[in-house]
Amino acid sequence: MDQMEYRYWLANLPNIGVKKIERLLDIYGNSENIFRSTNEELYALKKEGAFAEHMSEKDLETITQQRDIDMIHRNYTKLINNGIYFVSREEDDYPEKLRNIFGAPYALYVKGRLPRKQDKLIAIVGARECSPYGKEMAKYLAGAIAKEGIMVISGLARGIDSYAHQGALTVGGGTYAIMGCGIDNCYPRENINLYMEMQKEGGIISEYAPGIQPLAGNFPMRNRIISGLSDGILIIEAKEKSGSLITVDYGLEQGKEIYALPGRATDHLSEGCNNLIKMGAKMVTSPKDILEDLLPQYVENADQSGHGNIVLSAKQYKVYSCVNADPKHIEEISLLTQLPMEQLMEQLLELELRGLIRQTLKNFYCKEL
Amino acid sequence: MAPPGSGKTMLAKRIPSIMPDLSFEESMEISKIYSIAGLMDQQALISIRPFRSPHHTITTTALIGGGGIPKPGEISLAHLGVLFLDELPEFQKNTIEVLRQPLEDKSVTIARLNASYKYPAGFMLVSAMNPCSCGYYPDRNRCNCSVNHIKRYLGRISQPLLDRFDICIEALQMNYKDLQVQEKQESSEEIRHRVAQARRIQLERYQDQNIYFNSQLSPRTIKKYCKLDEKEQSLLEEAFNKMNLSARAYHRIIKVARTIADLDQSERITTKHISEAICYRSIDQKYWGE
Ligand SMILES: [Zn+2]
Repeated sequence: MDQMEYRYWLANLPNIGVKKIERLLDIYGNSENIFRSTNEELYALKKEGAFAEHMSEKDLETITQQRDIDMIHRNYTKLINNGIYFVSREEDDYPEKLRNIFGAPYALYVKGRLPRKQDKLIAIVGARECSPYGKEMAKYLAGAIAKEGIMVISGLARGIDSYAHQGALTVGGGTYAIMGCGIDNCYPRENINLYMEMQKEGGIISEYAPGIQPLAGNFPMRNRIISGLSDGILIIEAKEKSGSLITVDYGLEQGKEIYALPGRATDHLSEGCNNLIKMGAKMVTSPKDILEDLLPQYVENADQSGHGNIVLSAKQYKVYSCVNADPKHIEEISLLTQLPMEQLMEQLLELELRGLIRQTLKNFYCKEL
Repeated sequence: MAPPGSGKTMLAKRIPSIMPDLSFEESMEISKIYSIAGLMDQQALISIRPFRSPHHTITTTALIGGGGIPKPGEISLAHLGVLFLDELPEFQKNTIEVLRQPLEDKSVTIARLNASYKYPAGFMLVSAMNPCSCGYYPDRNRCNCSVNHIKRYLGRISQPLLDRFDICIEALQMNYKDLQVQEKQESSEEIRHRVAQARRIQLERYQDQNIYFNSQLSPRTIKKYCKLDEKEQSLLEEAFNKMNLSARAYHRIIKVARTIADLDQSERITTKHISEAICYRSIDQKYWGE
């Protein structure tokens, strides 16, 4: 058997998780030695207390009984033929950042490629049921960060996760999704385009072998990988008791920088973020707030808006200056600008056609960031 | 589209009040339908424009007409008036899809074994819907609907039906509007006067044609009656390209702009009229998309 096949075997023993594998590796040094261990040896070790309470008799049985070489070979070959790359802690390719975190997965399945050593990654996470403001900001910040060559990592979930991946892809940047299910299972299904697209300039990563279903229990665990692989975590929108805050907990435990997008005090979806800022997370109001930490040579481009020098008439300026990332209804704009509806419609259309503003929902306008 | 409490129903109910008065012939037509339906009560003639607002649990038969000896349905009872469908996505999908033909033909034909019955159905279709099933999106403090759910909610209405709406607006919640102390609002009476004038302009304009209203213009007659100057033409073309409009939407926008200009008593269609028409354009299903 090939070295990789021993590793693949070890990664797929039923009920033998991260902790047990770690202990076995401590004792045996590598997966091949574990594969060659005997019943007597293992029982003697258990008697000595070498495994602490980790290992049951049934587990020992699993290790010695499940050694069908043909089947292991067949399954591993199938994996490779399906374009899935398998990497374990026993290889140098295993991401260095992940190696040192608590509860690091023994092995990863990858579609696309793993982040390289020199790659910088920012995790962007947040609410599934996000607001239009969260959506716009996730896309914009992910895009602006990815444009500088920084990878965006997230969880492919609905809402903020998807918009972050999308934002990075739109500018041709690299992005990674960490799955809470088998690597071959695009969950949720509607993100299939993102799932395929991101394999070109980044990848899909999972600690779960093909065929494993998305179980609710898997998702908090994959958050430790999102955090582990990142150089910082940006929370876009989160309620006070949001699942995204689990990623923050892992991040704090792993010593990562925490970034948060502030929101209005009255918006439930910003409570989580505003609280994080109170507790010391770095407030992000511009991509610069993140980029200056990751790229020491980073100097803000004078023209951050990307719109160059624009000439606006007085009326247009009035309209343009009252829209921002949080979409405003046309009546609200009319109230703020004191422009009658028919004049306002003309100005809005012109600004929209010039690519300066956009309708996110019918009759709701936001600034093109 | 609008959240609850923004007065959609109130707004819809007031539409007949700005429509021109019924002519004697129109009164007769409506009264005939009502008498077949057995709804004439004591009155000799119906003299106000009908406003019908069937509940979303209505059956297809009750909506378009039918029965052993077919009775006129709601669409015929709304003839020359307004058919208001509140909470459009809550209606049975096939119930609202059958509206497409009558909307085109201004009449409905009900086939029976031995005969077929034809009833007029020249109604103005007015519908209201919420942006999502709870009604509060994009206010995330109140709306908890999933992004997918929101996309699906609008998806219950087919694109071909959506395409038949000339004007589509998203209304804002009442409490915001209350703050608005803008210029003096036009009264229903003033609006009705403008509508009547616009109608006269159209009758005069189309006297050589076999049509009465802007809405009846064909792509060929649009060229003749909705001439655009260079500036207006280029604005429309730019919008067409950048907003990915369909040919159908393009023609609809010109016709609506023609009407806005008529209401403005302007023979020329200006960029202001075109901008307004574009602002009212129908939503498409990509609307909630990315
Ligand atoms: Zn909702």
